[in-house]
Amino acid sequence: MHVSMSVNGAEVQADVEPRTLLVHFLREDLALTGTHVGCETSYCGACTVHVDGVAVKSCTMLAAQADGAQVTTIEGMAADGELHPVQEGFWERHGLQCGYCTPGMIMSAVALLAENPDPSEDEIRHGIEGNLCRCTGYHNIVRAIEYAGAKLRGETPPPAEWEATT
Amino acid sequence: MTSTTSVLGGVVRRREDPALIHGRARYVDDIKLANMAHAAFVRSPYPHAKVTEIDATAALAMDGVYAVYTAADVQHLGPLLAQVAVVSRPLLVETAKHVGDAVAMIVAADRYTAQDAAEAVFVDYDVLPSVTDMVKAATDEILVHDGMESNTIITWEGGPFGDDEGIATSKAAIADAKARDDTVTVSLTMKNQRLIPTAIEPRSVLADWNGGYGRFDLYSSTQIPHALAGAVAKTFGLPYNSVRCLAQEVGGGFGCKLNIYNDEILVCFASQKLGRPVKWTETRREAANSTIQGRGWVATATMVGTRDGEVLGYELTGVCDMGAYTQNFTAAIPFLGVFVGSGQYKMPTYMKLDCVVTHTMTTDAYRGAGRPEAIYYLERILDAFAREIDMDPADVRRKNYVPADQFPGAMSPIGFAMDTGDYEMNLDAALAKAGYDDMKAERDAARAEGRHVGVGLTSYVEVCGFGPSALVDLGFSWSEYGLPSAFNGNGVVRVHPDGTVTCVIGTGPSGQGHQTTWAQIISHHLSIPIEKVRVIHGDTHESPVGIGSFGSRSAAVDGSATWMAADRVREKAATLAAHLLEAAAEDIRFAEDGAHVAGSPYHKVGWSDIATLAYQPHRLPEGIEGGLEAAVVFSPANATWPFGTHLAMVEVDADTGDVEILRYFGMDDCGNVINPMIVDGQVHGGIAQGVGQALFEEAVYDEDGNLLTASLMDYLLPTASDLPLFELDRTVTPTDVNPMGVKGIGEAGTIGSAQTIVNAVVDALAPLGVKHIEMPLRPKRVWQAIQDAKGA
Repeated sequence: MHVSMSVNGAEVQADVEPRTLLVHFLREDLALTGTHVGCETSYCGACTVHVDGVAVKSCTMLAAQADGAQVTTIEGMAADGELHPVQEGFWERHGLQCGYCTPGMIMSAVALLAENPDPSEDEIRHGIEGNLCRCTGYHNIVRAIEYAGAKLRGETPPPAEWEATT
Repeated sequence: MTSTTSVLGGVVRRREDPALIHGRARYVDDIKLANMAHAAFVRSPYPHAKVTEIDATAALAMDGVYAVYTAADVQHLGPLLAQVAVVSRPLLVETAKHVGDAVAMIVAADRYTAQDAAEAVFVDYDVLPSVTDMVKAATDEILVHDGMESNTIITWEGGPFGDDEGIATSKAAIADAKARDDTVTVSLTMKNQRLIPTAIEPRSVLADWNGGYGRFDLYSSTQIPHALAGAVAKTFGLPYNSVRCLAQEVGGGFGCKLNIYNDEILVCFASQKLGRPVKWTETRREAANSTIQGRGWVATATMVGTRDGEVLGYELTGVCDMGAYTQNFTAAIPFLGVFVGSGQYKMPTYMKLDCVVTHTMTTDAYRGAGRPEAIYYLERILDAFAREIDMDPADVRRKNYVPADQFPGAMSPIGFAMDTGDYEMNLDAALAKAGYDDMKAERDAARAEGRHVGVGLTSYVEVCGFGPSALVDLGFSWSEYGLPSAFNGNGVVRVHPDGTVTCVIGTGPSGQGHQTTWAQIISHHLSIPIEKVRVIHGDTHESPVGIGSFGSRSAAVDGSATWMAADRVREKAATLAAHLLEAAAEDIRFAEDGAHVAGSPYHKVGWSDIATLAYQPHRLPEGIEGGLEAAVVFSPANATWPFGTHLAMVEVDADTGDVEILRYFGMDDCGNVINPMIVDGQVHGGIAQGVGQALFEEAVYDEDGNLLTASLMDYLLPTASDLPLFELDRTVTPTDVNPMGVKGIGEAGTIGSAQTIVNAVVDALAPLGVKHIEMPLRPKRVWQAIQDAKGA
């Protein structure tokens, strides 16, 4: 079947099998491999993208369901060459280790901050509980999102723990 | 933080991150080669079954299906090679030994077709009796493998290890202590449940046989690219350098990618056979059923001591679940538990662990690998002992530590020399920083209000940083893979004419930040801006034979080799700079991207001047060879023994059994630190995995051999809302076995944490009479323990 959508601002179209998952369409047809597959059951969130501004797990959505939609993937987050504050936060606060969950985690964090610009630690934790990370214990992911939230609010981010202690 | 010249011990933003946060990193499944085919597997739904018929007609008739391979097609390649091979895994089976055992492989044009075809293969099985419970397997009523007399394939006994006379003495001392009427003996049989490592990146492998060059290019999500290259070379009868293994981006490993897998060999076979690249990426279900699991012990811990807290003996006897086959380290994992079995303490110790095969997936190294299990038993029973004699758990530990004056080289009762340690100093630092007395006061106040709050405290020691290459004499070698040793460190440092540096390492990181850490080592040593250092790993055609990242060994062993290589480069560069500056080499000092004469900082040359000279031999002084690079193979004198103290404060909801972690504090000692940000990150992740074991995770097989936890819906990983912020600090006791004084930190958090949580929960419920709850401490189990205690 034929699908067309906007991905990271570019119009794309293709003929796909009706059962093609959005994540496979992005990865295989469009070569946007920043969106990852971790579990195929919507639990790990490595495949999180934005569809019409909403964070969606692209491993449980058909490409056909995204027909006509505006899709944003991790590759679209620094489109003008400048890091999104959430990307910057992950880098500045060591919010990633192996990096595999990171694109999905960043996409969820961006959606969280759009909805709640000044979340508490608890709200951040609940906001990303649909994204699993096996490396960081989430500690520095929380810090990264706090950093990004401050930046997006035009505030100075709190100092890193290592800056505060040394 | 973003300074251009790093000092060891400084925080540097990771150099790995830009590609990862932009979504531009290339994991194996991201790689697409021309003409590439996809593989899928037909796997046994039974734990023990003989394959009586395979009919692939329907599958082969499907559009885009290239081949279906079964055991007969790959018999000539032999079984899967393993480092410690006791029961080898066939590449494809005629008789399945666990659910998920691979019966056939399909190769097709795309992954959807391959999976469709796998479902279209008809397999008939003759189902045989099976045993999935290790304790039952130990009775040998049902044998897992034909021709074997027992399911117990090896027994590790220690106290001290490998010393029969010493063992007899230890056992006698423990028996004497138990017989005394002024001593207290406590005993608990506890389970250390099986876990599924669950790297978020599923394993993926892509083989590309280049017939024209007679070479495999093999992309794999592996922690051990060199061992894999060796295994493929040996299996296919190729020279080692005809296999180029690439493991450049690995999305988490935790031990599950520290293995050679049959799928890795099979995609090579298919690629060679079909003349096209073949890729296979596991599904999450396969990651559970067919990638190694960890832990899986049932053991009885017994401790005897005096009422004033002197421990007179410790015993641990039990059964360890190997699964159906032994893969890379399987049978050696419990040995690693014996290695640290007596922990930080000086009491006579006796351990006996029977390694038993069952009709389940193989177990092997999962973060900590034997050491979390051993420390769990020791620290749980020590806690029970402290409770029995009504002594503060910190005081009991303090009383029994191997004293600081016995280091370096203190001999542990289990028979191994430990490098450096000062356990009491670390304990004191932890108690002070965490505010132990305040924690206890807070707990008591909460109890007075009727809340169930508990404080858990544990010590740990681990052995890591393997290690001396002499370990090959204990049977640990990669010789099965055609490689001489598992345990050397390797580092190559090469200065280019423009003054930039390439460092090539043999380790295989999976998120540990080696590109940053190694660049810091070199930048520090050569006074070269970190941006000018490029670190290459995960390409066996470029890097020296290194063995990969596991056992918290990379910085201590390979990092040290790199440090030494940088040392040699610096020495030669001093000679070259001296020539350029017309000074004596001993007067040369390195700073700010170049060298100058001591005392006259403006009398200087840049690294590019020095390196340019190195590549123009006609300008060199007589007797000096061209080039500016060094390669070092380093074997440390001993493994390293990090240690620490962890504390947790928890609250249990007695109505629901829910456990909330109010505080988690870790005081770790991993020797010198290269990048504190990365070290803390390792501890965070390690603690999360230990907490995962304590509260959530468990691989469950039913009696019919089905893995009931083969998806992330059933296997509970900790989420962000399950964990607190971790409070960390460290003491620094450098090792004396490597030039950097670093010990390793990858596994410490995991080794220190599970029992800290369990001790805290038991402390919270002790007033109700609860003595032990089996992990994972999920609400139902905790609630039940409360009811049982009330009933009793």
